[in-house]
Amino acid sequence: MSQSVAPVLEARQISKRFPGVVALDGVSIALLPGEVHALVGENGAGKSTLIKVFTGVHRPDGGELIYNGSPVAFGTPLDAQRAGISTIYQEVNLVPMMSVARNLMLGREPRGRLGVIDTARMYGEAERILAGYGVVTDVRRPLRTLGMGVQQMVALARAVAIDARVVIMDEPTSSLEPREVETLFSVIRKLRDDGIAVVYVSHRLDELYEVCDRVTVLRDGRVAHTGPLAELERLKLIALMLGRDLDEVRTGGLTRFSRDRRHARERDGAAPAVRAEGLTRRQVLRGVDVAVWPGEVVGLGGLLGAGRSETAKGIVGALPLDAGRVLVGGLPLRTGSTTAAIRAGVSLLPEDRKAEGIIPALSVRENIALAALPSLSRAGVVSDAKIDKVVEVFMRRLRIKAASPHQPVQELSGGNQQKVLLARWLAIRPKILLLDEPTRGIDVGAKAEVQALVDELAEEGLGVLLISSDLEELVEGADRILVLREGAVVGELSGDDVTEDKIMASIAERGAESDG
Amino acid sequence: MAEAVAPPGRRVLAWAQEYGVYAAVGVLLLFNVLFTPHFLDVANFRTQLVQVAPIVIVSLGMALVIGTQGIDLSVGSVMSLAAALVALYLGYGAWPALLVALVGGAVAGTAGGALVAYVGVQPIVATLALLVGVRGLANVLVPQLVEFRNPDLIALGSSSLSGVPVIVVIAAVLTLLMAFLVRRTTFGRQVVAIGGNRAASELSGLPVRRVLLLVYVISGVLAALAGVLATARLQASDPTSLGLFIELSAITAVVVGGTPLSGGRIRVLSTVMGALLMQLLSATLIKHNLPQSWTQIVQAVIILAAVYATRERGTR
Ligand SMILES: Nc1ncnc2c1ncn2[C@@H]1O[C@H](COP(=O)(O)OP(=O)(O)OP(=O)(O)O)[C@@H](O)[C@H]1O
Ligand SMILES: [Mg+2]
Repeated sequence: MSQSVAPVLEARQISKRFPGVVALDGVSIALLPGEVHALVGENGAGKSTLIKVFTGVHRPDGGELIYNGSPVAFGTPLDAQRAGISTIYQEVNLVPMMSVARNLMLGREPRGRLGVIDTARMYGEAERILAGYGVVTDVRRPLRTLGMGVQQMVALARAVAIDARVVIMDEPTSSLEPREVETLFSVIRKLRDDGIAVVYVSHRLDELYEVCDRVTVLRDGRVAHTGPLAELERLKLIALMLGRDLDEVRTGGLTRFSRDRRHARERDGAAPAVRAEGLTRRQVLRGVDVAVWPGEVVGLGGLLGAGRSETAKGIVGALPLDAGRVLVGGLPLRTGSTTAAIRAGVSLLPEDRKAEGIIPALSVRENIALAALPSLSRAGVVSDAKIDKVVEVFMRRLRIKAASPHQPVQELSGGNQQKVLLARWLAIRPKILLLDEPTRGIDVGAKAEVQALVDELAEEGLGVLLISSDLEELVEGADRILVLREGAVVGELSGDDVTEDKIMASIAERGAESDG
Repeated sequence: MAEAVAPPGRRVLAWAQEYGVYAAVGVLLLFNVLFTPHFLDVANFRTQLVQVAPIVIVSLGMALVIGTQGIDLSVGSVMSLAAALVALYLGYGAWPALLVALVGGAVAGTAGGALVAYVGVQPIVATLALLVGVRGLANVLVPQLVEFRNPDLIALGSSSLSGVPVIVVIAAVLTLLMAFLVRRTTFGRQVVAIGGNRAASELSGLPVRRVLLLVYVISGVLAALAGVLATARLQASDPTSLGLFIELSAITAVVVGGTPLSGGRIRVLSTVMGALLMQLLSATLIKHNLPQSWTQIVQAVIILAAVYATRERGTR
């Protein structure tokens, strides 16, 4: 990384203000060809905003962009893409109703005579490209029928296939599982060797150290540090991100799951808080049995497409089932009704925060209060006082960064949106909480807080079902782990057996055939 | 792309989104005060308001429906059904007849709402079927214009409360009620949430289907009420032509008022302003002897401007 190499893309003193916040305040950063540049910072530090300035989504209020040695101003993302800056956004940005192949080839479909799209060739090519990423799937299916992880791989394949000089990835691994992360990394290394500048945004520090050469730390819209990553100690990096003293971080300012909680819980005689029996859905679930006792954290392990999210959705009635039933406190739940599930105290934090989570145009306040509305109103009339109180508590407890509770939630950074959703669920005080990727996209500080919160709630008697593609999180958080494969439970681990290796082994057991 | 606009331009646009209708109504009023003879006459004001009142009432329901990403094309036909029912049941007295008409509106609304919420038919298709079917039914019930002499009903259409026509008072009260419903009640907030993101609302345990059904029922009842009031004012029941094309006026009022067709936001007072704006506009152009076609062209321009202003809010 000698400084004699001219940067491909450079930001000089970029500023960007939104009503009520300064998202970027004189940020300068230079991207060199053939480097993987990590961009890190707390939720709301300005990472996505900086990326959107690079790609012409936002126009900066001040400063300039230099691309290939000359100043540029991209009017639209398409301009940036044409110029060779390719981006995978934090929220998957594809067309859910169109087929996988269409999404992949959008705008550059192979054409036959008369300029008609040659569908046969398009499908063939799409299959071939995706196979290169370890994704084997029917490319004719609408994209939305696939899991988030596969969708993200499609987005990746699409971004890389475009001839690019700069490839920007905003939290690309947030819904990938380990094997796919490996694929992603090999793609990144290849890009780097081809002399492409890669910008990599992630809250997962392991990943950063694995693939990144240099790092830029943003804090409150300013550059807090730039330099080679390998020389930077991990705790020092965290300290820089959080803006705390190194010592403070070292002495456990970052609590995570407390492990001593893992003992066989008293459950003789006690009924499980929730028990699902024989959940079945054609091609997705084949008779899954899950039980969660009060005060217990049960992890669901498995690869993408193993049926983890579907199990959770089946339990709350958000996925139509062909067979199976759910018992809460021993009583059967009306099937297919999320309303009934929530009334019984079972709630799900969904995986896809953009499509199934936030109500974008509503305020932070209303998004938090949404599920709890009936209990926050009197005779059908909402009580401002009650809502304000709940919202205040959770905004403080989860440290939600917003200009005000009245800010539309779509204007929040990704991680803060996730916290808003968590708050929505905590506000109804559930008995059982199903968490599908709860710490996805939230920063190290907040992640620890969320994990501590899960711990604390479990202590208070809440039953938790935890789905996470982060194995470490699963191992640290769960008392017991059920491993799913192809829609069926293939293993159960508890006590000292709860380790990453044992989970991996259990997933791989019984034939090494992979599922997509 | 919202952010691609320079900050001052963006602020103007944001302002126009919020207060554009109010400003437009203000400008038009001012223009008329200055240039239109007799505009400030009380009689003129009354006429304008009485004319616009049924449209306002229908628009209130339409705003609610549009807030859920839906649309209700059946409102005009429901008005005509109400007119027919009133004529049929007037023999039992004005109030029973009114009640029957409202029930008729509720039934029509239930039909549309059930198709949308439980069967999963697209709102535009479901209510289009009702638009055709319900008017047909009204015409079968009362094939031609029927005049009546019921004093209660006539009073409803022409009497005043301390100088303000009853119809206008009713429209005003309903506006306030609707604003309260949308802003302050659990139901109203759920409607907005469902329009903003239906999947998320379902996962949050909102009774999505029940809320949707109720939204169409409310729209039907409001349309029926508008039908009864219009009939009372006409002093005749005319199912063949009553309420023809009023769905277009109502949608226009909602859109001009800045409620995005993509749902998730309902602006009640602005919707009323939208209806007033269109009313004032055509009155102004008529008073200044411009042909009807001009009115239509100007209305088209205003609709486009309103859609442009709400565009980015709606699509993000
Ligand atoms: N369109 C917008 N309107 C108003 N404020 C915005 C908008 N986009 C971002 N912001 C604000 O700018 C700040 C930076 O947000 P940004 O999305 O860049 O954070 P981030 O570093 O990507 O965080 P995360 O790790 O959570 O994704 C936040 O305070 C956010 O609320
Ligand atoms: Mg971000």
